Amino acid sequence: MKSYDLTTPLAENEIKTLQAGDKVLLSGVIYTARDAAHKRMIDTLEAGGELPFDIRGQMIYYMGPTPAREGQVIGSAGPTTAGRMDFFTPQLLERGLSGMLAKGMRSQNVIDAMRKYGAVYFGAVGGAGAYLSSCIKSAEVIAYDDLGPEAIRRLEVEKLPAIVLVDSLGNDLYKTGRQRYECLEEGILG
Amino acid sequence: MKTLDAKEITETIKDMCIKTNCIMSENIKSTLEDALNAEISPQGCEALECILTNADIAEKGMIPLCQDTGTAVIFAAVGQDLHITGGDLTEAINEGVRRGYTEGYLRKSIVDGPFSRKNTGDNTPAVIHYDIVPGGDITITVAPKGQGSENMSAVKMCKPAEGLKGVEDFIIKTVSEAGANPCPPIIVGVGVGGTMDKATVMAKKALLREPGEHNRDPEIAGIEEELLTRINKLGIGPEGYGGTQTAMAVNMDVYPTHIAALPVAVNINCHISRHMTVTLQGKEQ
Repeated sequence: MKSYDLTTPLAENEIKTLQAGDKVLLSGVIYTARDAAHKRMIDTLEAGGELPFDIRGQMIYYMGPTPAREGQVIGSAGPTTAGRMDFFTPQLLERGLSGMLAKGMRSQNVIDAMRKYGAVYFGAVGGAGAYLSSCIKSAEVIAYDDLGPEAIRRLEVEKLPAIVLVDSLGNDLYKTGRQRYECLEEGILG
Repeated sequence: MKTLDAKEITETIKDMCIKTNCIMSENIKSTLEDALNAEISPQGCEALECILTNADIAEKGMIPLCQDTGTAVIFAAVGQDLHITGGDLTEAINEGVRRGYTEGYLRKSIVDGPFSRKNTGDNTPAVIHYDIVPGGDITITVAPKGQGSENMSAVKMCKPAEGLKGVEDFIIKTVSEAGANPCPPIIVGVGVGGTMDKATVMAKKALLREPGEHNRDPEIAGIEEELLTRINKLGIGPEGYGGTQTAMAVNMDVYPTHIAALPVAVNINCHISRHMTVTLQGKEQ
């Protein structure tokens, strides 16, 4: 397993180097958005409006935190399931989004768009929100405050552990990793 | 007849909501440690190490283990000789959820309707399942359920002719298609028999068993073992990164059913498997 220390925004050659299954530590600025924020961003674009931040070269973390206690930067802050965002993702990739951080399988449509526009999908461990929270050094709501946990936040992260789930060539760890360890059940899984 | 003040129920629910969201049970922790020792995939081991580190950080800081602190699913087994005083039982439970999720800094994830989708702001209403049981006590289980795993659950009304093989194949197919999404290693709850609604509630209740605790019927226990082996051959592994540790347990419960029926419900829980049970004793009058 190769391991990289990366700082956002990722350079084009860094994105190309990464392969599904590689381990990374992410530092720098990332933005949060999940279901409701995605819907609003796409509705805005379709109405001819502008996105609330310049997404070119940026990374979106699909995450809605628990409330922070006094003195905390943010509450528990682990990834949510990415598949629900698949419907919206190709339009954001087309506009220059270059990275996503979440968990769970992506549709072929998203993977095709990632190949086309040269993007990478990183996985953070689902159900590790307390640990991942400790890697977040600042958090600020920058848009859609009314959405509460679903508001868009600008996060500064430091050495956040992640794994490359889908690389810019479309290789998918969820498929290749599974193939490596499966003993196929005949006849059931078409 | 025995009595119990509704306030005591509220207070207990509040505490359980907070504890079960921030502290991983010792049983789950040791099962995950066993999984780490058995796992052969390097990415799978990384994920399990991260999950165990998370449990330490969460407990020390009383930070929720997962940001999805779930729908508050409550099971209440109410003794038929118990009289609850000082308020409505359902409201007492919801007040406990309201206070637990607010005072415990837990995420409020409930919207007021499937179409209006406005956040209720306090994670109520809870999903409550009542049973009436003999005695004068109330046993309450709080099982916050994350939606990542809940969304991967499924029901099938099998034909009786499909038999055990049809049921098993549906369970394997459901887990296989769920893949990484429910945050493996998972617990698989299965309800077979009754009606559609009965099967789903059995599947949810089956998630409350501790790992290693099999169905008391040796035949069903054998089916659980066989299904666990098959699931761990799927290759999904911890967090779906590939590996041998996909599920920690398969828990199946069964119930008599109709001559024309073979309902099967599969409810999946993530690796945290949050749940906690407390019995409050009614006081003699």
